[in-house]
Amino acid sequence: MRWFLIDKFIEIQKGKYAKAIRNITLGEDHLHDHFPTFPVMPNSLIIESLAQTAGILAGYSEDFEQNVILSKITKAVFHRMARPGDQLLLEARIVDLRDEGAWLDASATVDGEMLAEASLMFVHWRGELPSGRPLSNFVFNEEFVSFFWANLAPPSIKEKKNSPSAR
Amino acid sequence: MADKQEVLQKVQEILTDALGVDEEEVAEDASLVADLGAESIDFLDIVFRLEKTFNIKIPRGDLFPEDLLSDEQYVQEGKITPEGLKVLKEKVPYADLNEFEKNPDVSGVANLFTVGMIVSYVTDRLAS
Repeated sequence: MRWFLIDKFIEIQKGKYAKAIRNITLGEDHLHDHFPTFPVMPNSLIIESLAQTAGILAGYSEDFEQNVILSKITKAVFHRMARPGDQLLLEARIVDLRDEGAWLDASATVDGEMLAEASLMFVHWRGELPSGRPLSNFVFNEEFVSFFWANLAPPSIKEKKNSPSAR
Repeated sequence: MADKQEVLQKVQEILTDALGVDEEEVAEDASLVADLGAESIDFLDIVFRLEKTFNIKIPRGDLFPEDLLSDEQYVQEGKITPEGLKVLKEKVPYADLNEFEKNPDVSGVANLFTVGMIVSYVTDRLAS
């Protein structure tokens, strides 16, 4: 099972931009240890939320055909804490998408207030197994792609996918 | 033709962003790995930023010939072979190989990649 740190996408523009949300709740066990009596979503997990938004945007932009691997967090700045009850608005913009990988800027806001900003770099992993067989897509496998279309994808791109002219 | 000083300034900005270091650390003779803490993935990032900033295309292995290091013909028992040195000289004419030749240990190759080497490479590319 994957640990999703986004709840759904609101908007995805292929090759350009994505907007997703993530609700933080007290039902998340780990928040009770971070910190006892003062729950705060760890900044490392905020980066993961941003990376999932950005990585899925990069993957979707290439029809989920590439293994998109987070390889570098070039910049990460945190402006405030993320606490239970907050709804993170996660935005990612593609700076460049090329054969070797993808470069994106991402940010998280709560009620219009900047919470975190990051610059992320992903590489396209193309390898082969010791047997010489090409490596299958283990990042966006079939299970992920069907979950994405059933649960995460925004209505706008679902409609496009289902319209006869898109086929 | 691009002014070398101008190129140096832009390269310094690129490395400051890509490696998260202070601009004053990015001296011309600074080694990307030993002094600025670059890791293998940073080389891909640096090449990308150079291409974007200077609007040039840098073929894989042209600036940082990493493929050479995994070739048995050029690397034996952890040292660069004489053939390897020859290829290295051709591929990185911008690097200063005099000291390196005395002890051509593979681990030292990364130290050849300096800020000045990138500046020379980019200046030449812009001039051609």
